[in-house]
Amino acid sequence: MGKKKLYAHHIDSSWCKGCGICVAFCPKQVLELDKNQKAIAARPEDCICCRQCELRCPDLAIEVICSKTEVSNE
Amino acid sequence: MNKRIKFIQGNDVCVEAALYAGIEFFAGYPITPSTEIAEQMASRLPMIGGKFLQMEDEISSLCAIIGASLTGHKSMTATSGPGFSLMQEALGYAVMAEIPCVIVNVMRGGPSTGLPTHAGQGDVNQTRYGIHGDHSIIVLTASNHQDIFRMTVEAFNFAETYRTPVILLLDEMTGHLREKIDIPEPGNIALVKRLRTAVKSGIDYHPYLPREDGRLPMSDFGDEHRYNVTGLYHDMWGFPSDNPKIVYGLIRHLVDKIENNSHQIARFRKYHVKDADVLLISYGASARSALHLVENRRRRGEKLGLLELQTLWPFPVDIVREVCKEIKFTVVVEMNMGQVLQQVRLAVDAPEKIFLANRIDGELITPTDIRNILRVIQGKGV
Amino acid sequence: MAVKDYIRERFFPHMWCAGCGHGIILNALLHSVDDLGLNKKDMVMVSGIGCSARISGYVDFHSMHTLHGRALAFATGIKMSKPDLNVIVPMGDGDALAIGGNHFIHAARRNIEMTAIVMNNRIYGMTGGQFSPLSGYGAMGTTAPYGNIDHDFDVVDLAVAAGATFVARTTTYHVHELSDLIQQAITHKGFSVLEVLSQCPTHFGRRNKAGDAVDMLKMYKKRTVRIGSDKKKADPDLIERGVFVKKDFPEYCREYDQLILKARKKK
Repeated sequence: MGKKKLYAHHIDSSWCKGCGICVAFCPKQVLELDKNQKAIAARPEDCICCRQCELRCPDLAIEVICSKTEVSNE
Repeated sequence: MNKRIKFIQGNDVCVEAALYAGIEFFAGYPITPSTEIAEQMASRLPMIGGKFLQMEDEISSLCAIIGASLTGHKSMTATSGPGFSLMQEALGYAVMAEIPCVIVNVMRGGPSTGLPTHAGQGDVNQTRYGIHGDHSIIVLTASNHQDIFRMTVEAFNFAETYRTPVILLLDEMTGHLREKIDIPEPGNIALVKRLRTAVKSGIDYHPYLPREDGRLPMSDFGDEHRYNVTGLYHDMWGFPSDNPKIVYGLIRHLVDKIENNSHQIARFRKYHVKDADVLLISYGASARSALHLVENRRRRGEKLGLLELQTLWPFPVDIVREVCKEIKFTVVVEMNMGQVLQQVRLAVDAPEKIFLANRIDGELITPTDIRNILRVIQGKGV
Repeated sequence: MAVKDYIRERFFPHMWCAGCGHGIILNALLHSVDDLGLNKKDMVMVSGIGCSARISGYVDFHSMHTLHGRALAFATGIKMSKPDLNVIVPMGDGDALAIGGNHFIHAARRNIEMTAIVMNNRIYGMTGGQFSPLSGYGAMGTTAPYGNIDHDFDVVDLAVAAGATFVARTTTYHVHELSDLIQQAITHKGFSVLEVLSQCPTHFGRRNKAGDAVDMLKMYKKRTVRIGSDKKKADPDLIERGVFVKKDFPEYCREYDQLILKARKKK
């Protein structure tokens, strides 16, 4: 099994409607809503690239870019 | 024996003509007196690789042929009054989304289930005004088999030319009547092919942007151009819009593309009109009786003429006005309470000279019926 | 291709409310189409009327936004006349099972190859929160101000009884499962029905004190189980998720091809 490494969170704030789904279900509490009620990656270093936020975003506003080569932990 | 000469019902003629016109897809639901069209289609279409679908109702039948038309196939459905009522929703969609297709309504007596096996012509106004919202529509009819053939082909041609649903309004009498038909040789009646866009893949194609001549080239679903089709007011890409300019432009386009071409769409036959002092105006089965009477009275020297309408909508206002000008009085012969009569009165300069000869009891109006009414109008007594 | 290559970006942000489950379904659908590597040119999406129906405008497929309840009928004409196309029909619960109920069961009976996705939010959202045939007994809606006395359909049971050859259910919480089931439904050679429980926080959630989108998703997690789970025995009200039916059965377009061969012999 390889472990993917985060490259970047692309969050399109003009598409985000601030429903908070990504924040609530992130297993590592990486995301937060800012003062404008838009999702931001507050703790990107904790991201495990599970992409649940990307898949659950009703606004298609999040894209999680992970490293292409998987980091081996074998 | 000439294989092209047949002795068949009007409904079967309609099938022969649709095949001649290049139909590839039919969806329908059984209903008297149109069922034979579906039966014949079920048998004939698969022989040429076409598709016949018996749907769960008339609503879905019209929806299905609209879908099939979008993939580039000439499509048709056939029904009668109650089924035609159910089709109004999808008919409006086809008008709005500008989908070519042909809807045959073999009229019975109405309203409601009415008289399934009897003649009536009560759907004339429904074909024009059945759907909600302003619009225009093409409605053709015919009184004999040779003309049913021609008008069926014309219906397909108009549908393609104007990117619109076309209604072929037949009636129980002509639909079930058996008489001789001489099927035209291929090529004798010109066929209008689907106008497809020349815009190449990768370049913006606008499905709802009319060319200078008003026609809108189509692109088949499944081809390179992907676009949207909706029953909402839409822009030239087919995407919903409530921009007042776009709304105004589209409704004008939908109405004008037909109304401005009413002369091109007008089909009619004149019998002894030139020197007539009494004129009959009729269509469909009623026109058969009217013609019989005219021929009969002409032999006795009476100057009776007939204008047989084959295009009912857009109503051929100019032709009717012109023909009625020199006439002493005109009698509209139909099997309803005066639906075409109203239009004739609106069209002419002297509406007080327009009378009605009708039957509304499910029986065919006879030459004697018309003659009796003529005598009453002329003050001769019955 | 990236997911965004399958949408018409100029229409985003979309018109659905914050937290609407329909956006999650669109999201999963795009990921599924991407994973399957499908060509946009072969994809047709036909929708009806309602919140759900707006989905067809957002995808860069051949798209058709039709009449309330009639999407499957239009789609049947498209599929029959061009069987190579991949036809997806997303529908709302009222769309699919009230006004479109007849078309739904007959499309299933024919087993015509297409993917019917019932985006079940248990309410008419576009018109402002009236009860639907899937709201269920006791639910509140603007047309059920004293609580709904209409009982709901079980979409899965209905689809199975009508003859659908692929029937599955999941929720917008279970996004990996959702994506997997959409892919299974699309690749199935027959009529596929996928019911997706989809939250409507604006109308259903608010009127039924179900909380916001997050609360509703948590409820999907808590109140649903995989088919065959022991939990269901202890708590029969739990809703099962997964594939209920998946069977090989003659597909309609292929049957018609055989019919054409027969007819041509007779000619």
